[in-house]
Amino acid sequence: MKSLEELKRIRDQAKERMTMRENGDHDYRVVVGMATCGIAAGARPVLNTLVEEVAREHLPVTVMQTGCIGMCALEPIVEVFDKDNHKTTYVLVDTKKAKDIVLRHLMHGEVIEEYTVGHYSK
Amino acid sequence: MPYKRTQVLVCAGTGCTIGNSGELIKEFEKEIKSMGLDKEIDVLRTGCLGLCGAGPNISIYPDNIIYKGVKVEDVQEIVLEHLYKGRPVQRLMLNESDQETNEIHDINHTKFYAKQKRVALHNCGVIDPENIEEYIAEDGYFALGKVLLEMTPQQVVDEIKKSGLRGRGGGGFPTGLKWQFALDEPGEEKYVICNADEGDPGAFMDRSILEGNPHSVIEAMIIAGYAIGAHYGYIYIRAEYPIAVERLKTAISQAKELGLLGKNIFGSGFDFDLEIRLGAGAFVCGEETALIQSIQGERGMPVSKPPFPAHKGVWGKPTIINNVETYANIAQIILHGADWFRSIGTESSPGTKVFALGGKITNTGLVEVPMGTTLREVIYEIGGGCPNHKAFKAVQTGGPSGGCLTEEQLDTPIGFDELVKLGSMMGSGGMIVLDEDNCMVDVARFYMDFIVDESCGKCTPCRVGTKRMLELLQQICDGQGTMETLDELETLAQTIKDTALCGLGQSAPNPVLSTIHQFRDEYLAHIVDKRCPAGVCKKLLRYEIDKESCRKCGLCARQCPVGAISGKIGKEAFEIDPDKCIRCGLCMKACHFKVIERK
Repeated sequence: MKSLEELKRIRDQAKERMTMRENGDHDYRVVVGMATCGIAAGARPVLNTLVEEVAREHLPVTVMQTGCIGMCALEPIVEVFDKDNHKTTYVLVDTKKAKDIVLRHLMHGEVIEEYTVGHYSK
Repeated sequence: MPYKRTQVLVCAGTGCTIGNSGELIKEFEKEIKSMGLDKEIDVLRTGCLGLCGAGPNISIYPDNIIYKGVKVEDVQEIVLEHLYKGRPVQRLMLNESDQETNEIHDINHTKFYAKQKRVALHNCGVIDPENIEEYIAEDGYFALGKVLLEMTPQQVVDEIKKSGLRGRGGGGFPTGLKWQFALDEPGEEKYVICNADEGDPGAFMDRSILEGNPHSVIEAMIIAGYAIGAHYGYIYIRAEYPIAVERLKTAISQAKELGLLGKNIFGSGFDFDLEIRLGAGAFVCGEETALIQSIQGERGMPVSKPPFPAHKGVWGKPTIINNVETYANIAQIILHGADWFRSIGTESSPGTKVFALGGKITNTGLVEVPMGTTLREVIYEIGGGCPNHKAFKAVQTGGPSGGCLTEEQLDTPIGFDELVKLGSMMGSGGMIVLDEDNCMVDVARFYMDFIVDESCGKCTPCRVGTKRMLELLQQICDGQGTMETLDELETLAQTIKDTALCGLGQSAPNPVLSTIHQFRDEYLAHIVDKRCPAGVCKKLLRYEIDKESCRKCGLCARQCPVGAISGKIGKEAFEIDPDKCIRCGLCMKACHFKVIERK
């Protein structure tokens, strides 16, 4: 080890792999419905996209999966919880929409109205 | 896909390895591969989570769910349900079993973890101990960088002094002061030793730290070396800890590869190297002077102090010896500051303490609490109390050097001085809970038996005295004790305390004195009434058949291995000959009508 900079570089690289193990303050918790209905509708690529995008942008966000949310016809469903546990539910998500969610909602805090379940039911 | 979405951490500490966690890792890898998830999910091994009694344990991130008691058969279900479909397997969840609601998924709010604070154990169960990068990711070796590049040795010693850290091996000697003594010694050749010869029955704190976070000890030893001006270190560890030894070896070679051990660390011009010395598992080698003898290749026997090791230690050179847990606190203190450390715990005992909970307790395992937490909180809230609705009788702390504390003393805040005041001691952190089925005389006899085995034999008080004490205790257990036996036991105990050469002998009578003091009535029951209230001391037990209710079936007589039961089937009630009886209790189990009584 020659310098602190070298150590810092190793730390930052290794940290990327370990962020999910932190208990720290995450701005958002993103939950993807991954029951049979979700998987069949294409939740898996959505989940992977979310994980990749969040990791690439180093966002303080946890991406998790859950079981059937109940609206199987609207799968893949992605729920975004903010710090106060307010929930935004996005329906019929695909990889493009997932990228939008990361960019607009998770990075800039904008709720994408047209993707939400509320917009759909109108 | 470069980023994994989920990580499965399987505990690979000794407890869980015995529970076959090695197979679990293989099974997880196989199942995950067969589901095609191997590009999305990582399987890693990690250190102790603390719930050793419930193991093997695995944790799943980012969900932060812990599964306990996982068997190879369960793996497929976890992969299919949880990892594939996102439905946690509730029946295996630790989170749920401690809380009534299914909703709470946060492990930090379970009763077991809520009152804990992990400083020494902070990376255990979270990082992969065989991967130095994960340690570095958690700010590992940054304390070393700070020390080498920004601080003078005196500043390091001052910081440790200011933190009030006291030796976690049992004695509670101020660590900073010890370092100051060694720093003040002239000379180029000094040594740093890590005492990992953990020998108290039931204690496994140091093992778990070394297994779960070996780099924390290595980093602290380098810091200690810089602080006192030493360039070489020894880790003295018992050969009975094969996993810990392996992890240490891996950790040392990784640190060498990155240049964190060796010449010119961080370009500061400071050199440090260390090696592992294996001990053969003699309890006395945990005593620092005996440990030094053992490192030098001599027979592990204590020598008289002074000179203290800080003046004249290994190879006759100034040496500091600290315990594993003490070292595990050092980097944290340097990183967060002495004031932060002082903000945890009590005025006279800052920081936290790791305890190995064992004996008659629901959650057997490893807990770390701030000093000042009461014993009641540790035993009832974290430990879950005695299992099977048995009544709590006492808690033994400090191993063979400590003593027992009773129900009334449970509200004592934990601290070095507080426990000594009550006639016990902190010790290295073994905490053995005893319930109504434990006989206190027998407990004292057990510890004395251990000491007799482990006495090195160098000084007479310990070699002969403890043997005599054991004989006296045996007499009491066998019902041959008199009041004189008790007096003699107390006098002998006091003499050994005053005259033994080293800490082992001086503290050896503590368990006896403490039980006599706290549970005198139990000793008296053995001596006066010839009765063992807990029903443990076999020679004092008597099995009797109630002649009135005996159905004369003869089942008991058929079971008796020594033919001590006589009678005639269908005609004559059966009877036990107490002289022949070996008190095995088989007859009592055999009797369908429950007419045999143990007295």
